[in-house]
Amino acid sequence: MSEVKFSKEHEWVTINDDVATIGITKHATELLGDIVFAELPEKGTSVTKDGTAGVVESTKAASDVYTPISGEVVDTNQSIVDDPSKINNDPEGDAWFFKLKVKDLNEINSLMSREEYEKFAKESTN
Amino acid sequence: MNKTALYNLHKKFNAKFVSFAGYEMPIQYKDGIIAEHNLTREKSGIFDVSHMGQLFILGDDKLTDKLQNIFPTDLKNLSINQSKYSFLMNENAGIHDDLIITKISNGYMIILNAACKEKDFKIIKSKLGVDFKISLSKDLSLIAVQGPESKNLIEKIIPGVNKLKFMFGGDFKFNSNNIYVTRSGYTGEDGFEISINNNDVVQFVETLISLGSNLIGLGARDTLRLEAGLCLYGNDIDENTSPLEANLKWAISKNRINSNFPGAKKIQRQINEGVTKLRVGIKPEGKIIARESTKIFDENNNQIGKITSGSFGPSVKSPIAMGYVNNTYTKENTKIFLEIRGKKVSASVCKLPFYKKNYYKGDINVGS
Repeated sequence: MSEVKFSKEHEWVTINDDVATIGITKHATELLGDIVFAELPEKGTSVTKDGTAGVVESTKAASDVYTPISGEVVDTNQSIVDDPSKINNDPEGDAWFFKLKVKDLNEINSLMSREEYEKFAKESTN
Repeated sequence: MNKTALYNLHKKFNAKFVSFAGYEMPIQYKDGIIAEHNLTREKSGIFDVSHMGQLFILGDDKLTDKLQNIFPTDLKNLSINQSKYSFLMNENAGIHDDLIITKISNGYMIILNAACKEKDFKIIKSKLGVDFKISLSKDLSLIAVQGPESKNLIEKIIPGVNKLKFMFGGDFKFNSNNIYVTRSGYTGEDGFEISINNNDVVQFVETLISLGSNLIGLGARDTLRLEAGLCLYGNDIDENTSPLEANLKWAISKNRINSNFPGAKKIQRQINEGVTKLRVGIKPEGKIIARESTKIFDENNNQIGKITSGSFGPSVKSPIAMGYVNNTYTKENTKIFLEIRGKKVSASVCKLPFYKKNYYKGDINVGS
């Protein structure tokens, strides 16, 4: 499993062989508040880096979920659709969103390390 | 940006702020909207609504006559300390604002929406002329304390308040200063609204917190009122909707329908001929949330209306919404379709409220 990487849209990604697991960051859930709805991409669809690949809604508003990396959706986490509060409880663990068969592993080089992301998140909040 | 007298206390309790009607107001505190919503339903919540307008108009029976030309409410038969929900309307029966009028010993107190208060003040003042003293208070805060435990908590600070009936108020003391308390609110729960001097409000709220109540933000205020089927001005009602279209006919006093107030002719016509659109409750199927401005369609893909408020209802544990539909689609269980992110989602028309109210009516029925 690769080191976890982060996007400016507050998604995280880990890569195991050529399969990427993607979710939203704890920082994102803190900004969103209580999440009450999640919509995931369909299995078999292709998604493109920085394109929309789902929706989350809090009590306040809807937000798009973007994919930080391109590929074909091979799995989705139905448990967060059934119980969206899981996303608040364990955003960077059990509440992953979808898995991709990665198209181009080089895309991950443009993403941030945890340290870089935490600095970015802190600056974008202030 | 305006701040209320409780701003620093909100900050101390880790509020997240939003700008609302020119005020920096707490949208939520650290536990979040759902936790705050549930605390209000199950225990007790404190809402800072000091951004709302507290309008005082002083005068006697002449004032009552004059105000009856402005509001569609029977004020002559209102007893002192009784409150009524009412509207400030334009000549076309469009709603400038929805408000609560309370008769007080030397006149009337009117609670106005924050975003409308300056506009309302100008309209009412110009209609009243120069014979009556009218002022929009700057020295008073307004606090709502809502939820089933509130009556016992607040009774410890203000003895006697738990005898008030729903939509009645009275003069009380805090720190030997006068405060005015009504039994009312915007959550569907039993509760109180307290008009209190800015100098005393921090201590008052801190005392309530120490007794076990909790600060609640505007986020939960919105989910609570939506579950209770209550209108948010600017979303569910505005200058293009009449009280009849908003399904609020009950708030127009029966003995005033044929009298003279702004919009009276339109109201009479709508009573006789019916309305073309009506506010209804809407339940989307599944978990998807329909926000304001979502278009509503019939099964033949004709647009028949629009959502005006929509969110997740933490107590009913499902998405809920309100909106306007053409008058042939208002029956309970009518199947409708909502266009959300380009897809049609099925939904049904339902009764309001989504969550049943718990108001304290006392030993006698006070009517509505």
